Amino acid sequence: MDAPQPPSSMSLPQTSRVDDAASRADPRSNQVIVLDDVVAVLGQFPALAGVTLTVERGEIVLLKGPNGAGKTTLLRLCAGLLRVERGAATVLGFDLATQRHELRSHVGLLGHQNGLYLDMDVRENVQFWGRTVGASDTEIDQAMVRMGVAGRLADVPVRKLSAGQKRRTALACLVARRAQVWLLDEPHAGLDAIGRDELDATLVEASQAGATIIVASHELERAGNLATRIVEVIGGQVHDTRATTAKAPGPSS
Amino acid sequence: MSTWALARLIAAKDLRVERRSKIVTNQVLPFAGITMVSFAFVLDKQNVIDTVAPGLIWLATMFSLLILVQRSFGIETDDGALDAMRVAGVDAGAIFLGKALALAVQLLVLEVMLFVAAIIFYGESIQSGRAVLAFFNEPTDVNGVEVVLAGLTSPGQSPIFATVLLVTTMISATCGLAAVGTLYGGLAAGFKGSETLLPLLTIPAVAPVLIGATKAVESAVGTSGAAVSEGWQWVSLLAVFAVAAGVGGALAFGPLIDD
Repeated sequence: MDAPQPPSSMSLPQTSRVDDAASRADPRSNQVIVLDDVVAVLGQFPALAGVTLTVERGEIVLLKGPNGAGKTTLLRLCAGLLRVERGAATVLGFDLATQRHELRSHVGLLGHQNGLYLDMDVRENVQFWGRTVGASDTEIDQAMVRMGVAGRLADVPVRKLSAGQKRRTALACLVARRAQVWLLDEPHAGLDAIGRDELDATLVEASQAGATIIVASHELERAGNLATRIVEVIGGQVHDTRATTAKAPGPSS
Repeated sequence: MSTWALARLIAAKDLRVERRSKIVTNQVLPFAGITMVSFAFVLDKQNVIDTVAPGLIWLATMFSLLILVQRSFGIETDDGALDAMRVAGVDAGAIFLGKALALAVQLLVLEVMLFVAAIIFYGESIQSGRAVLAFFNEPTDVNGVEVVLAGLTSPGQSPIFATVLLVTTMISATCGLAAVGTLYGGLAAGFKGSETLLPLLTIPAVAPVLIGATKAVESAVGTSGAAVSEGWQWVSLLAVFAVAAGVGGALAFGPLIDD
């Protein structure tokens, strides 16, 4: 299987589980997410009304659009949290119609909350999330170093961290649990300028390490500079998609 | 990672959080103690307390269960961790078993404290109270363990069988309470107003445990002349309830917190 592999310089933990997931993707292309005329409903409301979108490995895609356009719904669909009512959808080779539960352990969705335990320290949080997929101590340490939460921050209770530090801890948890697709909903919200810069650097580094990243954001200037492609979502449909001048940092570039 | 290994990981995490926050020691235990004292003041008649003491212990346990469950799922929803576990594809059965296990450990500690409190606060009404007081006041007269065992039963009851019945009752009732509490805690966590929804769901559901555990403890301590042998049928009920709630909860928890 000649599935695309991350560059050897990356520090993303290598595991057989990751290889299994990677091998599901079409070996002839770098396509990680393939949506074809996908319809998904929230209650009775068609939140996604025929979305067609392809995302390749290592891309950083910015989803933009007005409130209620379907950006968050699209992220949740890609995370395997919503049923596909119509159309065809695969993420990392998993068919969202039949394998969305199996997909979940391979993707990471970070919304407005970080999914951390506030009474535990940074190391304990990263350890917990890493252990859920059987990550080793080395992998957990690497994840903390990559996200800049090792050292003196490691033993600080999450409750006492700044918003940016919490965000980086949450991203370290994503790395520790070997998420290959990062789905981030308004990741810059609540961060100060330094925190935003740190987050951007983290995302670029993760992309270089082989992660595919989709960011839903209203902060177009900042996220636009980061993204390799901008996708506009309006009324539950992809209205426009265009490449940016940013160089794709992932292995596909 | 196997379901059981995940469950242990989650239980260890919950117990670590509790050790850090000390909610059980600083809030739940005092609450349960105050409840016991209040009952003792309100039911200020020896014959009444004699009759209802076993039930009061389990009532205080149930009230404390509600706080423990709120807390158990509060740590999951403070920063969206339960949702994150669901998103991460963590086995829902493992989440249920892990949280129920941690809850059961905390409940067992609480129940032991409540039994001690019952002996102290209702000591004049229950044989065990006198025995424990004797144990502390005159420990050199007789073997202390025998005194306590004897004190756990009324005259004429076998202290060993009564103690086995008491311990078995506590364990089986705790398993049932933890399973039901975790199931409804997970359900209520997804709703606004979970603080009021949880008691509404949980109290009726644990009624069989309250009744069974009270009857079994009455037999163990000989309240109203009940014999030890009469308690085992109630323990059977508790065991069946615990197994049903555990298996049902593990199967139902996923759909409850998903979709």
